[in-house]
Amino acid sequence: MIIIDSKLCKGCDICIATCPKKVYSKSDKVNTKNVYLPFPEHEEGCTKCGLCELSCPDQAIYVEKEVE
Amino acid sequence: MVEERFVQGNEACALGAIAANCRFFAGYPITPSTEIAEQMSILLPKYGGSFVQMEDEIASVGAIVGASWSGLKSMTATSGPGISLMQENIGYGFITETPIVIINVQRGSPSTGQPTMSAQADMMQARWGSHGDYEPIALSPSSVQEFFDFTVKAFNLAEEYRVPVVVLADEVVGHMREKLIIPDKVDIVTRTRPELKEGEQYLPFDAPEDGTTPMPAFGDGFNIHVTGLTHDERGYPDTNSPEAHTKLVERLCNKVLKNRENICSVKKELCDDADIVIVSYGSPYRSVGAAIKQAREEGIKVGSLKIDTPWPFPEEEVLKVAETADHIIVPEMNLGQMVHEVERVAGDKAEVHLIGKIGGVLHKPEEILAKIKEING
Amino acid sequence: MVEQKESPYKKYLRPERLPHIFCPGCGNGTVMSTFFKGLEGTDIDFENIAMVSGIGCSSRIPGYVKCDSLHTTHGRALSFATGLKVGNPDLDVVVFTGDGDCASIGGNHLIHAARRNINLTVICINNNIYGMTGGQISPTSPKGSFGTTAPYGSRDMPFDLAELVSAAGASYVARWTTAHPMQLSKAIQKGLENEGFSFIEVVSQCPTYFGRKNKMKTPLAMHQWIKENSINKRRAEKMEAEELAGKIIVGEFTNNPHDELCANLKKLVEETSGKPLSVKSAFEELD
Repeated sequence: MIIIDSKLCKGCDICIATCPKKVYSKSDKVNTKNVYLPFPEHEEGCTKCGLCELSCPDQAIYVEKEVE
Repeated sequence: MVEERFVQGNEACALGAIAANCRFFAGYPITPSTEIAEQMSILLPKYGGSFVQMEDEIASVGAIVGASWSGLKSMTATSGPGISLMQENIGYGFITETPIVIINVQRGSPSTGQPTMSAQADMMQARWGSHGDYEPIALSPSSVQEFFDFTVKAFNLAEEYRVPVVVLADEVVGHMREKLIIPDKVDIVTRTRPELKEGEQYLPFDAPEDGTTPMPAFGDGFNIHVTGLTHDERGYPDTNSPEAHTKLVERLCNKVLKNRENICSVKKELCDDADIVIVSYGSPYRSVGAAIKQAREEGIKVGSLKIDTPWPFPEEEVLKVAETADHIIVPEMNLGQMVHEVERVAGDKAEVHLIGKIGGVLHKPEEILAKIKEING
Repeated sequence: MVEQKESPYKKYLRPERLPHIFCPGCGNGTVMSTFFKGLEGTDIDFENIAMVSGIGCSSRIPGYVKCDSLHTTHGRALSFATGLKVGNPDLDVVVFTGDGDCASIGGNHLIHAARRNINLTVICINNNIYGMTGGQISPTSPKGSFGTTAPYGSRDMPFDLAELVSAAGASYVARWTTAHPMQLSKAIQKGLENEGFSFIEVVSQCPTYFGRKNKMKTPLAMHQWIKENSINKRRAEKMEAEELAGKIIVGEFTNNPHDELCANLKKLVEETSGKPLSVKSAFEELD
């Protein structure tokens, strides 16, 4: 599961560019600051590498890891 | 055990700092204050402290502010160009309420001026040197003993009010040798940590309107944010609110101004019947006694008000002597600085006369006596 | 404890201060997260971290982190950090700074802190511009780049910070970019572990000013430019100077642990007084 915090996201799209599996796309949803939010369009491709969490400048991405 | 020594003023200052529990010194060599750094570099390791020779004077103030937040009493010493270079970080000390002590052994100026000669020309710089509204505390010693005592006092005031305190010495006091009595026990103010109240948010800058609040050390677990920006009670920047800025800066000024009574110190001699009072501070006071003695022998009633704390200016004490005397003489080693304060406070009660002397040499008693006689007619 | 469904790096931040002031796509936030990731790789306790910064966008980082922090004057962070670290060598002191802050107004403090090899971890976010004041050129702006004070393109020659700090005596120096977050966190981890002066230069994007002035209008365009222009140091060593013009050389520049200031001062105290270094003594009565 991937969660994007719409209150923190500033819509820079770095997640879209950095994801090696091209999971993210731009959505047509805007937050209260009129920012077009990204969304995990191809979540099935996510390998949970955490690069998007690390690259996101706004600490707005959460990727649920598998819990054993 | 009480210890008696024959030392230079700058050495007495270093001894005073050690007695006051100063355990960190950062500085940069500059005449005529260098001996303080040299002495601190000898003494500090013996007392468990650290000495760092910094790359310049503004770095020296940065380092002592950092050391103060690490939980040590800290000091720097400088002169002339060095004190000018320090001004920005001194202002940082004020807005962040950081206790630090800065020794300024004044020399002939402006610019490089007279490195080896004396002056008292940084009095207004100590008051207004850093940008913005703030109320400094400054002490001016006139003897080797006072250089020791006032250095201790500077540390105590710095802790009590959480402010940078400047000791405004001068080359004469810094370089003269006199007897120094180091008392058995020196009264010092020890820092206390804030109290964390269960379930309450800790507000590191929540202080009474005219006061300050205890400070923790970094690493104590308070997670405090300290900034030179205008900040709120939490310590967080709040730079666009006129109210927040007014509240903070007024409090920082009032914590000194409203405590004048506790901070200001003067020495009053023969003022009760005096027609003329000599208001002096620092080295020129040394020539005042002889001038008064001679004048009294000639039947002129002269007294002395020596100011230990030029800042905050002891308005009440100066006003009091002006109410009974007709004339006030202000001898100072500049072209007129503190005389403006005397004029402001006492100008409509007594006639104020300046004996401004520059060039690096102390006033002679005869020069003060000549002014007394000129006024006496 | 139930895991909060939020960024794993958010727990280090002061929630009441978010979102931070950084522009959309600014690299500062990425560097912040890479710092936490680097820290997680060490044995250092987050509670033991103290941060110091100067003035500028990157210097705002400590204000968002739940730790003791000193946000100081322009260029002088390293001098404050020196006093803090010498005063209490047990603290892990981290300095966040920028190219204007540490290479221009604070240049002298930078080389002297490196010379002393004082145990600080300095993270310099180099975006080649003054962001906070609105896009003036900095001492690392490439020759020919545009800024509000270089309307005809900069005629100034830039500093190579990683080389400068290496030459000045630092014991660990690395340069990475915001497009290399994994390598960057590893370098930060190594910097934190190094007992000496560690300098990690992060080439970062300022889409708002550098990007707009230099034909890279979006954060992504800048991010891409940084990525495409980066060359690993090992490869760069085999290349000619002309080939390297305009390139960002990334990798480890120095890893040479040696004599450190605080350790030397501590030893001096022990040898001179026979007692341990005095720590937090302002809170103690004198014997």
